[in-house]
Amino acid sequence: MSLFRKVALAVAALAVLVLTGCSDQAYNMREGVTEISKEVYSLHMIVIWVCVVIGVLTFGAMFYSMFAHRKSKNPNPAKFSHSTTVEIIWTVIPFIILIALAVPAVKLLIKMEDSSNPDMTVMVKGWQWKWEYKYIDGDNDPSNDVSFFSNLDDASRQQALNAGKYFSGTKIEDENYLLEVDNPLVIPAGQKVRFLVTAEDVIHSFWVPDFSVKKDAIPGFINEVWTKVDEPGIYRGVCAELCGKDHGFMPIVVKVLEQAEYDAWLAEQVEAAKSGPDLNERTMAQLMTEGEAAYNKYCAACHMPNGQGNGPFPSLIGTEVVTGEGSVGKHIDIVLNGVPGTAMQAFGAQLTEAEIAAIITYERNAWGNDTGDKVQPQDIYDMKNGGGE
Amino acid sequence: MADHKPKGISRWLFTTNHKDIGTMYLVFSFIMFLIGGAMAMVIRAELFQPGLQFVEPNFFNQMTTLHGLIMVFGAVMPATVGLANWLIPMMIGAPDMALPRMNNWSFWILPAAFILLLSSLFMEGGAPNFGWTFYAPLSTTYGPPSTDFFIFGVHLMGISSIMGAINVIVTVFNMRAPGMTLMKMPLFVWTWLITAFLLVMVMPVLAGAVTMMLTDRHFGTSFFDAAGGGDPVMFQHIFWFFGHPEVYIMILPAFGIASAIIPTFSRKKLFGYSSMVYATASIAFLSFIVWAHHMFTVGMPVKGELFFMVATMLIAVPTGVKVFNWIATMWQGSITYETPMLYAIAFVILFTIGGFSGVMLALTPVDWQYHDTYFVVAHFHYVLFPGAIFGTMAAVYYWMPKWTGRMYDEKLAKVHFWLSIVFVNLTFFPMHFSGLAGMQRRVPDYNIMFSDFNMWSSIGAFGLGLTQFLFLWILIKTCWLKKGEKATDQVWEGAEGLEFTHLPSPAPYHSFDTPPKVD
Repeated sequence: MSLFRKVALAVAALAVLVLTGCSDQAYNMREGVTEISKEVYSLHMIVIWVCVVIGVLTFGAMFYSMFAHRKSKNPNPAKFSHSTTVEIIWTVIPFIILIALAVPAVKLLIKMEDSSNPDMTVMVKGWQWKWEYKYIDGDNDPSNDVSFFSNLDDASRQQALNAGKYFSGTKIEDENYLLEVDNPLVIPAGQKVRFLVTAEDVIHSFWVPDFSVKKDAIPGFINEVWTKVDEPGIYRGVCAELCGKDHGFMPIVVKVLEQAEYDAWLAEQVEAAKSGPDLNERTMAQLMTEGEAAYNKYCAACHMPNGQGNGPFPSLIGTEVVTGEGSVGKHIDIVLNGVPGTAMQAFGAQLTEAEIAAIITYERNAWGNDTGDKVQPQDIYDMKNGGGE
Repeated sequence: MADHKPKGISRWLFTTNHKDIGTMYLVFSFIMFLIGGAMAMVIRAELFQPGLQFVEPNFFNQMTTLHGLIMVFGAVMPATVGLANWLIPMMIGAPDMALPRMNNWSFWILPAAFILLLSSLFMEGGAPNFGWTFYAPLSTTYGPPSTDFFIFGVHLMGISSIMGAINVIVTVFNMRAPGMTLMKMPLFVWTWLITAFLLVMVMPVLAGAVTMMLTDRHFGTSFFDAAGGGDPVMFQHIFWFFGHPEVYIMILPAFGIASAIIPTFSRKKLFGYSSMVYATASIAFLSFIVWAHHMFTVGMPVKGELFFMVATMLIAVPTGVKVFNWIATMWQGSITYETPMLYAIAFVILFTIGGFSGVMLALTPVDWQYHDTYFVVAHFHYVLFPGAIFGTMAAVYYWMPKWTGRMYDEKLAKVHFWLSIVFVNLTFFPMHFSGLAGMQRRVPDYNIMFSDFNMWSSIGAFGLGLTQFLFLWILIKTCWLKKGEKATDQVWEGAEGLEFTHLPSPAPYHSFDTPPKVD
């Protein structure tokens, strides 16, 4: 018995230690900010308490028996081995409890799945490893559609890599680490927003815990999900379905604005989209600086910051496509259109002409490649629009 | 009577003896348990604190994938097949399994399958990295070249499992001693019989899924590719039609083990034998109609979601019956706490905790928040580690004296138990919290708000891993070094069943030369 007591004490001490050690961190589902998410939270709390009560009763009976019916206290075991009455009772009672849980769950689910009559629609598309948001114009005028990509921010990327120095003491303290993006999804407060969720390559999952919204993004199919957020603010989520190497590095940030602010923001985006691409000529130095920044953001995840590649992702140093004589056309083609059947995406629609030109120039002149080739935004524009060489 | 058996390596290569084959299954399973466990250590080391410290994200994904595959197909399933081989003939009064040569073959396929799977770690492009659920198109269009080795490996494991299952079915139906009617069979035999039927029904479905993957990858089909008229979600339906019964394939034998051990150490008959049998059969039936609860977020029609939600909740009823029956068995018994009993009790409690989170996950509206988070990881590790694996450990301690004729070191075994139970909870309980707080599965790095729980999980995991070397030492000491006092024929005071009442310890090489009479 003394061993038993020691162990029990140790377990209790450990439990206290764990609980106090974690007291400043979230340990429960968040209530969220929408009507739905709050109902989900209360259903979650109800079912937890139901489980706790059943657990206390069941385990209580078990522990009582373990204590009171041990051999030293009860040397002569009872002889019974069945009782139809109690067996019926403990089949029926759980059944009733389950029905009681199922009723509110069914009601809530039907409500959650009703995405009819939305005030506006946003297309959400998962890519390896970023999100694309497309605002579909309410008046069905495609020239007013706005779309942009949302990538993990540079700060998170940098911190992840710095922490890689094997416990170098670089402690990550940024509270939005891995939960920050360059271009957040923006929606208006108080409106029923319908998301049409799909994917470009593999299955992703669009999850914003504060809205209790989680829907798989499946290539070739479109799923619907909706939310209505009353409180303006910034809400963070993540991709929830394993989608390859950087699954943990494609957060979702939703910025909820008051209607007026949202309208102004959208008008600005429409304006920018209509003004056409920036095709101004750049100097070599400009291309190299812009290229390094863009490369680190869009390419380094696979080809690595030093261009050496990683596993299935090829090295860019001294490779035929990058440094070969007259390979510029091929190089641009691969970046614009990708390589089918591999992880190399088509970046033509994702990046601006200036970004692609800078990336290609950078790749052809960094890490000792030194080809001296200079690619201008105009070259990319021509190639994209059927011209070029 | 001398037992005829070849000496040296050929004894093991060519054996058709159920005990030798059972031993090989158990040894193989333990090796896989250590390899899969080592991968878990890599995972937990990377997750010890935020940031990328030890491994590349791609390698991390290879670790989670192989950890899952090895633990499911290499550790848990072969362990239960090993137990079935050792125990079923002894429990039903048979000399051996019904199909001994096939038995040999179904074991020896396994090492080949796992060499194929593990060799992919050393290939260009790395090992499979798409999770043990290998969802298309991540595993088809985007899978590494080694995926084909994985496919072939899964085929081999499937063939092995199907043959093992057929052997159990044929043995149970044809080799019972006179008087051993179906409703007199020990529950372990019943649960394994039902498990065997599940295996025969779902392993071909898994084989179909990987074959479709193979043709999608190499022969121009588009089963799972929308661009060619296929559907990636269909992959998930097929996979989980296999995958959900698979869950019960792993846990039902442990139910049978608990139903043998708890009566022995309570010195009281199992409460509600027939309702235990019917509950097991109902669980097996329900396991075929709940698969899509793994897919509540794929965008099914509401009516489909409602059906799968309600069907899933129903499983709680027969599972509850089993738990209540175990408690009723202990009630007013005369209980002692040897190691097998401790493991069996821990199994009942911790498995039930996994069952509670299962009921929570069944509720579709809240599942949207739990799905693909660490809450799910906590849930299935609770039913697998303190469920299936504690069940297996309980069985090993309980029957080892019968197998070897020697008692294991009770003191060390108790230390093993208490360390295991502390560390298993320290590892997996905090995962409930990190999951609820919003940490998604299968990520090598995370936000700082999850750092405390992850640190505790990692510390627990390292402790849990190290503790298993103590288990290894206890096994070596008893089985190999032959230390420990001699076991009596009955081994345990309250033990019943033919293996304890009709056979000496250690049990003879050919269990029953003449069938015992069962009344």
